[in-house]
Amino acid sequence: MSDRTTLPQDLPEQTPAPENHPTQPVSGGGISRRGFLKGAGVTAAGSALLEGVQVFSHEAVAATRNGVKEYGPGAVPVTLTVNGKEHTLQIEPRTTLAEALRVHMGLTGTKIICDRGSCSGCTVLLDKTPINSCMTLAMDAIGHKVTTIEALSSNGGLHPVQAAFVKHDAMQCGFCTPGMVMTCSALLDQNPKPTEEDVRKATAGNLCRCGTYPRIFAATLEAAGTTPRNA
Amino acid sequence: MATTKLTPEVDPLLQAAANAAPAAGTETVQMPVGVPGYTLRQEPRQVPVTEPPVLPVNKDLQYIGKSPTRWDSHAKVSGTARYTYDMQLPGMLYAKFVCASVPHARIVSVDTSEAEKLPGVKGVYVVQHLLGGAVLRNPSLDPSKYPIVRYAGQPVAAVAATHPHIAEQAAQLVKVQYDAKPFVVDMTQARQPNSPQVFPGPADQAGSAGGGGGPHDVPQTGNVHGPSIHKKGDPEQGFKDADVIVEGKYTTQVQVHNALETHGVVADWKPDLLTVWASTQGTASVRDELAAYFKMPKSQIRVITEFMGGGFGAKFGAGNPGVVAAQLSKQTGAPVWLMLDRKQEQLSAGNRPSSDQTLRIGAKKDGTITAMQLISYGTAGCGTGAGCAGPVTHLYDSPNLHTEENDVFINAGPAAAFRAPGHPQGAFALEQSIDELANKLNMDPIDLRDKIDSNPVRRVERQIIRESALWKSRNPKPGAGAGSGYLKRGVGLSQSVWYRFIRMDSSAEVRVHRDGSIEVLSAVQDIGTGIKTVMAQVLAEQFGVPPQQIAVKIGDTNYPIGPNSGGSVTTASLTPAVRDAAWQASQKFLASIAPALNTTADDLVLTGGEVRSKSGKLQPVSFRRAAKKMDTDVVSAQAKRIPDYDPAKYDTYGGVDVAEVEVDTEMGLIHVKRIFAVHDCGRPMNPMQVKNQINGGLIQGISYALYENRLLDPKFGYMVNPNLDMYKIAGPRDIPQLDVHVIESYIGQSSTDASGIGEAAGVMSAAAAIANAFHNATGVRIRSTPMTPAVVLEALKQAPQRSETA
Ligand code: FES
Ligand code: FES
Repeated sequence: MSDRTTLPQDLPEQTPAPENHPTQPVSGGGISRRGFLKGAGVTAAGSALLEGVQVFSHEAVAATRNGVKEYGPGAVPVTLTVNGKEHTLQIEPRTTLAEALRVHMGLTGTKIICDRGSCSGCTVLLDKTPINSCMTLAMDAIGHKVTTIEALSSNGGLHPVQAAFVKHDAMQCGFCTPGMVMTCSALLDQNPKPTEEDVRKATAGNLCRCGTYPRIFAATLEAAGTTPRNA
Repeated sequence: MATTKLTPEVDPLLQAAANAAPAAGTETVQMPVGVPGYTLRQEPRQVPVTEPPVLPVNKDLQYIGKSPTRWDSHAKVSGTARYTYDMQLPGMLYAKFVCASVPHARIVSVDTSEAEKLPGVKGVYVVQHLLGGAVLRNPSLDPSKYPIVRYAGQPVAAVAATHPHIAEQAAQLVKVQYDAKPFVVDMTQARQPNSPQVFPGPADQAGSAGGGGGPHDVPQTGNVHGPSIHKKGDPEQGFKDADVIVEGKYTTQVQVHNALETHGVVADWKPDLLTVWASTQGTASVRDELAAYFKMPKSQIRVITEFMGGGFGAKFGAGNPGVVAAQLSKQTGAPVWLMLDRKQEQLSAGNRPSSDQTLRIGAKKDGTITAMQLISYGTAGCGTGAGCAGPVTHLYDSPNLHTEENDVFINAGPAAAFRAPGHPQGAFALEQSIDELANKLNMDPIDLRDKIDSNPVRRVERQIIRESALWKSRNPKPGAGAGSGYLKRGVGLSQSVWYRFIRMDSSAEVRVHRDGSIEVLSAVQDIGTGIKTVMAQVLAEQFGVPPQQIAVKIGDTNYPIGPNSGGSVTTASLTPAVRDAAWQASQKFLASIAPALNTTADDLVLTGGEVRSKSGKLQPVSFRRAAKKMDTDVVSAQAKRIPDYDPAKYDTYGGVDVAEVEVDTEMGLIHVKRIFAVHDCGRPMNPMQVKNQINGGLIQGISYALYENRLLDPKFGYMVNPNLDMYKIAGPRDIPQLDVHVIESYIGQSSTDASGIGEAAGVMSAAAAIANAFHNATGVRIRSTPMTPAVVLEALKQAPQRSETA
């Protein structure tokens, strides 16, 4: 799995979906990138193929074709570990992790803004890696630990990054804020003493239309114990 | 810093006012006016006797003018803030629009039968009346059963289903038969006499509560709606009298708002109450439009906006999502969620019109302007609102002025008000022309502006800029910019202007409970600017308790009417009502506890979290304990906005921004290194939040200057970059160091003396400041946005302007 914060400087910082699902494109014209993603986990018949993912046999209605398990196209039971708890959902295999979190689990702190990996508003942690949950099929999160903004802080108070966002007013409308907080906290997990340039790189895929970036840099540096420039 | 030049003269009219007897029910008070450190003085104002005492300047206050943390920041950082987009109600259906796949057509038929058969689909609705865009003056010119399709992406129908996937699938099953018409998506082509016509006759668009829209009383020739002509003095003579004339053609692109939360609502139609959660800049505007559309009394509609994810001018009224969701909810008996997806947002939810401007300025050798003339064309798609004469009309003094603004219809989504409508376009041309004039006259650009801009506050702002290290580092000779080889450094400035708009429909109620809790209620919405925090600060100042202890309840039309947040009106309009209500409630509170404390209300003051006695008759009591002595469970007061104390005075505000750029003359890249911005907004209520908004305005301005561009395919009439992967907006790595300085500028207009900042926050000046810095660096004028590498390299091919050298 790629690691966003250590990507080479010139690559886009968006982390692709975990690479453990087959990526066979569906045929047919006029498919959107997003449709491609959904199609990538779905055969032309609309079902999902899973390989190399730990799935318990009772979880999904699986047919077998060429030794590969096939799911769907209707809803199948899927168990996800989200914020430390196991949740069994009935979802169509094409459901993205972002949709599963928001629509099926009511965890609406994770935002879908572009729905195609361009804004990182949907950032969650898959194990420890920040990913765009709109570009990840929910089924690909099976067997991983998903952490969303709602559970970033384990002690019920604010995570240091959240507290620093409050202090530096690193938000306006707040719609990008959960994604920003997730990205910045993941950065500090991997690089406890970042420079402003490191923060810029880590957040490069996160968009904020209100323009709170300078405050986000300052807050993240402060959370890391580095002295921020006043922004 | 030097203050001598800036000392105000005594205004004889003010003296007269001070000496005049106050009108009945009013008294004369002295209010701070001007900029501390520069022009601060006291001026008399006649105010109603019911007004609270005059607030001193910020340094003498405890909570107002300070920067307590954003009131709802915990909810925002922890993901618990619930936006319209996040609403989930029992039994809620998800709706999806079916959008036109062609740019111009009459709809022959809409077949929804397949969609209706899909399991999970609960309702289908075909749009009958389209909202937004211009409307024919004579509708009979275009007879049609369904609204005529005038842009690709126009809503045609909608489906509601139990799951978003089903709605998406059902939307694809709706079959629309089109009778396609010729279309045009290029403005230059649309101006040709033989171009396809977007409308078969004259058409006009109304503005929204956020502004925008265009004039109605203008001619229309083909697709050209206009000109709207304004003349002052004798422009022809003015140009004859000029010693120098600068003239230039400037073009700017269409920019899409792209608030991160898209437009949309959740509507819950019950027999006696329609409840609508809306991502809006105006709860009142949504209710008004729904009431008009469905011919319902306002009392049967409730609109709620607790959090909203950005609007920037485009989110007023119920719009198509609002009325369609309400309709589907009525049909299905279930709450209906209808939010646009990103593509629909870009196609149909508004944009900033383009511009094609020819600007001419004549001046005397000493810089005095003798005449200005602006001829502009711009496209607002199938709407109007491309006028951009605001800056040229309001920024500088000219005895003679001639402006002609034209809208050009094309087959694209209608524009909507966008942060300082018309001003980024207008300022891009005007501020470069002023720079060019300064170069021609061999004058410093700040000295020239001191000569032609009589606004006293911007004068102070320029003074601060003049003394800044950044400005001092500027080499006045264009093209001589420091930097070796292919990298050229330059520094340039630009100014902003915005207007003092006040919405009188601004009210608040303040309640004090016997348990010592205090709350403030208003239907106003917080669009990210922080009005919740500011309201809490106003109460905190009045009651002497920290702002975090105030409960702020807003974004609900069940509360007293709040202003629609457009045109930088919210803080200026609402906070005086909040303070008046707080003042009255505090007086009632003191009256309510005084008897139990064996004293009178006028012996008591609220400060430091305590009730104290002026006479020292009693020991200070904590606010909470004192509240227990109330003779009733709750005291409350409601107040509405009263007119500005002296509306003729200080009716604009703005700022001055300096940009430092490094131009990579080989790659055509403009690196903005730094922006130093000095802005005013009356009394800054919460400087940290104000600066945050200015950061945001500058970043949007940089994004506009360098990156953003709506691209329409001329062959098919579609937008080719309708999502954020291809429509580039500035990200974290694109922004320079921003040094923002907010000055206090007292104007003596209301009980809080606050103004707004949203529009004058740098969004209008960034592009011009960057372009002027570019000229300073390279000696070349760049007259079109976005200033992409291709545009930069093209501009650099020109020889530096002959005459424009210092
Ligand atoms: S919503 Fe997932 S990256 Fe934009
Ligand atoms: S705070 Fe509004 S989008 Fe970032």
